[in-house]
Amino acid sequence: MTLLLEPPVTVLDRLRWGVHDTLVIAGRSYARLRAQPGELAGALIFPIIMTVLFGYVFGSAIKLPGGADYRSYLMPGIFMQVMALGVVASATAGAEDMARGVIDRFRVQPIARAAVLAGRSVAEISRGLLSLCMMALCGVLIAGWRPHGTPLETLAGFALLALFGYAMLWVGTYIGLFVRNGAQADAATFSWVFPMTFLANAFVPLDGLPGWLRPLADWNPMSAVVSAARLLFGNPGSAAASWPLRHPVVATLGWCLAILVVFVPLAVRRYRTTTSR
Amino acid sequence: MIRTEGLRKRYGAVEALDGIDLDVPEGSVCGLLGPNGAGKTTLVRVLTTLLRPDGGTARVAGCDVVADAARLRHRIGLAGQHAALDEVLTGHQNLELFGRLYHLPRRTARRRAGELLDRFGLTDAGGRPVRTYSGGMRRRLDLAASLIVAPPVLFLDEPTTGLDPRSRLALWDMLRELVAEGTTLLLTTQYLDEADHLARQIVVIDAGRVAAAGSPSQLKAKVGGDRVDVAFREAGDLARGVEVVRGVLPGEPDIDHGERRLAVRVDEGVAALVKVATALDAAGVGVEDLGLRRPTLDEVFLRLTEANAA
Repeated sequence: MTLLLEPPVTVLDRLRWGVHDTLVIAGRSYARLRAQPGELAGALIFPIIMTVLFGYVFGSAIKLPGGADYRSYLMPGIFMQVMALGVVASATAGAEDMARGVIDRFRVQPIARAAVLAGRSVAEISRGLLSLCMMALCGVLIAGWRPHGTPLETLAGFALLALFGYAMLWVGTYIGLFVRNGAQADAATFSWVFPMTFLANAFVPLDGLPGWLRPLADWNPMSAVVSAARLLFGNPGSAAASWPLRHPVVATLGWCLAILVVFVPLAVRRYRTTTSR
Repeated sequence: MIRTEGLRKRYGAVEALDGIDLDVPEGSVCGLLGPNGAGKTTLVRVLTTLLRPDGGTARVAGCDVVADAARLRHRIGLAGQHAALDEVLTGHQNLELFGRLYHLPRRTARRRAGELLDRFGLTDAGGRPVRTYSGGMRRRLDLAASLIVAPPVLFLDEPTTGLDPRSRLALWDMLRELVAEGTTLLLTTQYLDEADHLARQIVVIDAGRVAAAGSPSQLKAKVGGDRVDVAFREAGDLARGVEVVRGVLPGEPDIDHGERRLAVRVDEGVAALVKVATALDAAGVGVEDLGLRRPTLDEVFLRLTEANAA
């Protein structure tokens, strides 16, 4: 029996192969996760520390206007940070495949061009959702966080956070295709994403910011995401002067779409033309 | 099976491939030799669709590497310089993954993974994560992964770099088996003995061009005839031996004082050896070792590439 197949000809066949490849690649990531479940738990340590550090240490010195509960204010910010840091994981995973030559092996195989990246993004976002759910549970348990909106609004809040996470992991994927190894990928992402989560309304209200810094924080996509989550979860927010923070849901959708429109084609093109060294 | 004409690839100002012509018949082994940066890996990447050439044509297994890339990818296997494997997954999971990506049905992919683990002596290790494997085991698994669809053409980029001698010999045996089954093999290597052992056809490339091509013995003949090699017992023997050899042979001997050896190029082979032996014996020079030696592929390689090394 021959194992040599012909490539698909019709559009439908191509599509079927593409979906198949995407699922197989996603399956690989799930198998990796099953082989090292500690990774998933380990990824929660950092946001839990942030919750305790801000919720109980720094938060004791932060006064919200109207005396609203700081820990309820904080949790949507923590959720956003969890999703934003997906950049680091996706860049690292991509860079490691590149360094080992696994990407070359995929590219020599008859795989749909975008399937490797698409499959990994499917796996990464399901992992992100799992982290988000566990972090929400942690928020309920250690910070007394509660969503106060309707179930539909709560769901919409998580959906927006997931969309933001999905957009961000494509940024990570793109960066991961430029660096030489996992350590470099970590450095090339964490160094800007982490500070960026602070240059937003995630941890402190923006009112106290100096005038020149204020627009940056106002127009930081992360601020829009946090505001939208607070709105949908019915958690306390802060006064919003800028357009994106007065329309946080629309702004979040716009930002995420913009990020995807730019970074998905860039990443796919980079993947097609690059080879590991 | 592999045929290129005037193949070019440029990186900025550097001509990585500067018009490569290559013809590898079906079922044969072609050894690609060259110093670091000669263009070996670039050539393999063009032939395996990883890089698009800037000029010239290349056909592999009846497919053009640019126009017919999708079909070609079903017909080739590549094992690169690093073992391209998922370290977290087991050996079996790796092979099954790559099999599924060749669009084999799940059951076929699983069966094929079992067969290949068996063939490469990895059945017991098949359930362990790859990060626990030794270097030799990784190379074997990597080779297995490139053989999943039993491709008619196999590319190996420095397949035994970093392996211990025993693993190298084992890998050579496996490659010979594949060739006996009809696989066409193109391998790059820096080890000249590897090319000598495996390849019927050797192509030396240097600075993106073919510097020489032919069978190992043709290439050796190109560099010049045989050498008579003499090792002497003592320094005094060497001094006298040099005079004796100069008396009976036209060539000027190369002298190595430290090793107390001399080597001299000869044209008439065995006759020259007999002449030297008789003359040394008659002069009563103390000889430790005496032999006729063909040039090694190392000498061929150095001779052919030395012009560019300067």
